[in-house]
Amino acid sequence: MRDICRTRSQLPGQEKNPEAAERMDDEENKPAGRVKDRKKTVMSDQERYVHEHRKKHHQITALRLFILAAFLILWEIAAKTGLIDSFFFASPSIIAKCFLELLEKNTLGVHLAASIGEVLFSFALIITLSLAAAVLLWWSDFLSRILEPFLVVLNSLPKSALAPLIIVWIGTGTKAIIAAGISVALFGSIISLYSGFRETDEEKILLVRCLGGRKRDVLAKVVLPSGIPNIFSVMKVNIGLALVGVVIGEFFAGRVGLGYLIIYGTQVFQLDLVLTSIILLCILAMLMYQALQLIEHRYYRKTGLENMK
Amino acid sequence: MITFDNVSFAYHSLRGETRAVSRLSFRVEPKSFVSMVGPSGCGKSTILSLIAGILSPQEGEIRYDSDKKPVIGYMLQKDHLFYWRTIWQNCLLGPEIQKTVDENTKARLAQLLREYGLWEFKDKKPQELSGGMRQRAALIRTLILNPELLLLDEPFSALDFQTRLKVSDDIARIIREQEKTAILITHDLQEAISLGDRVLVLSGRPARLIRDVPIRLTKSGDDLLSARNAPEFNGYFNMLWEDLREEEGDNEGHL
Repeated sequence: MRDICRTRSQLPGQEKNPEAAERMDDEENKPAGRVKDRKKTVMSDQERYVHEHRKKHHQITALRLFILAAFLILWEIAAKTGLIDSFFFASPSIIAKCFLELLEKNTLGVHLAASIGEVLFSFALIITLSLAAAVLLWWSDFLSRILEPFLVVLNSLPKSALAPLIIVWIGTGTKAIIAAGISVALFGSIISLYSGFRETDEEKILLVRCLGGRKRDVLAKVVLPSGIPNIFSVMKVNIGLALVGVVIGEFFAGRVGLGYLIIYGTQVFQLDLVLTSIILLCILAMLMYQALQLIEHRYYRKTGLENMK
Repeated sequence: MITFDNVSFAYHSLRGETRAVSRLSFRVEPKSFVSMVGPSGCGKSTILSLIAGILSPQEGEIRYDSDKKPVIGYMLQKDHLFYWRTIWQNCLLGPEIQKTVDENTKARLAQLLREYGLWEFKDKKPQELSGGMRQRAALIRTLILNPELLLLDEPFSALDFQTRLKVSDDIARIIREQEKTAILITHDLQEAISLGDRVLVLSGRPARLIRDVPIRLTKSGDDLLSARNAPEFNGYFNMLWEDLREEEGDNEGHL
């Protein structure tokens, strides 16, 4: 169209001829119209694809909700008709009541906040400590070869067995809970991060070396940035493990928190409280995982890695 | 520019010693383009690492014309552009490491990107560019440090044939325009002859120099295709092919 306009301006005489101008307009309109038509069909194919995609997505969500609702309804019916003993197994309505009571007494916020705070603090410590340790091991091959068997043994220890010892060593309270939270994930996290660092492309390291880089440049320019996808997957595993560790810690050393509620509920045979706490733990684990996944997606979108995949 | 005087190098492992280079002597003149060919695994990459100073000779001596070791640029088989950096940031990697990023460097980089057709792509990530463009970006990343000597370790071998011709043409032109000394390691005899002023033929491991062939082609144009169509081209090709066949025995698949 721009070409046609240019032709017109080059031949000013034609503008005075209304017929020719009209013809010109026709010529302009025709291809434009055709383009519009073509666009329309392309768009509708695209729209159909998007529509199908969304439809499937909605179907999956609907089915998930259906399974959850069916489970809750069956549970409720089974409890109401006496098929299961609601004292031991509770029921959705009992759990909802328990949840509301906790809300009314204003204790739920306290327990939730305690657990969330401890999990986040443990998680931050796990990531910081294991990153620092993995960097140190990467830095010194000698050190990593010395420490490797110790790390493997510490990682394979059953961590819940450590919890009573932790209480003896550092007493009850938040410190012990956080120590338990860290102990579950720390060694595994160090091993995974360190193996990720070691898998860095040797030629990329050579490149930085050739550009005059020292070991710290190799670390900052290649090893850490190229290890980010691995760091994300380690983080996603660790957030769940930190929650497990904190709950174990609260079992033994807590005076507050969801783990404490579970133990307390079991001791006083208030099983609806136990089940409510477990459900809250599930929701908490899911939300924290989703939050990390969101950050990971943002990162991939920013680096353009999403397109490459 | 650089002289190898009876240089030897061997790798050591618990399984024993592997001699990679044996009593190797040659000289590379400033602003020349030297190709190196040899059977696979003959130790060519070891020679580049020795030139770059990543490895040190165990016997013999490597001398540079100036008192100081020249600034060396290295181009590898893969472009190794970092996917988390834009083309601009990738090209600034060297100056960043050497802490020499200033307005001058940025202006020079902008000029190089404009000159070699990558200016519009400076904010793109490498994965959004074609193979040829990526190799050009990798060359600019090397050139921004103003190297006196360029080491090219099979830099085109990862590209498909058509792109390879175009990119090697491009890169050879850029290197000549910038008046750099270059040493190219390649398996491709046609590439070695059409790009180099000289071809050094190396023996199987440990690498020794078995022939040093100056290339004189009567070219009709400045591009690689006219080099390949020069009347002398086939003569050189057959001579080098024979040398390598003798070295590699029946193992011609590597050529």
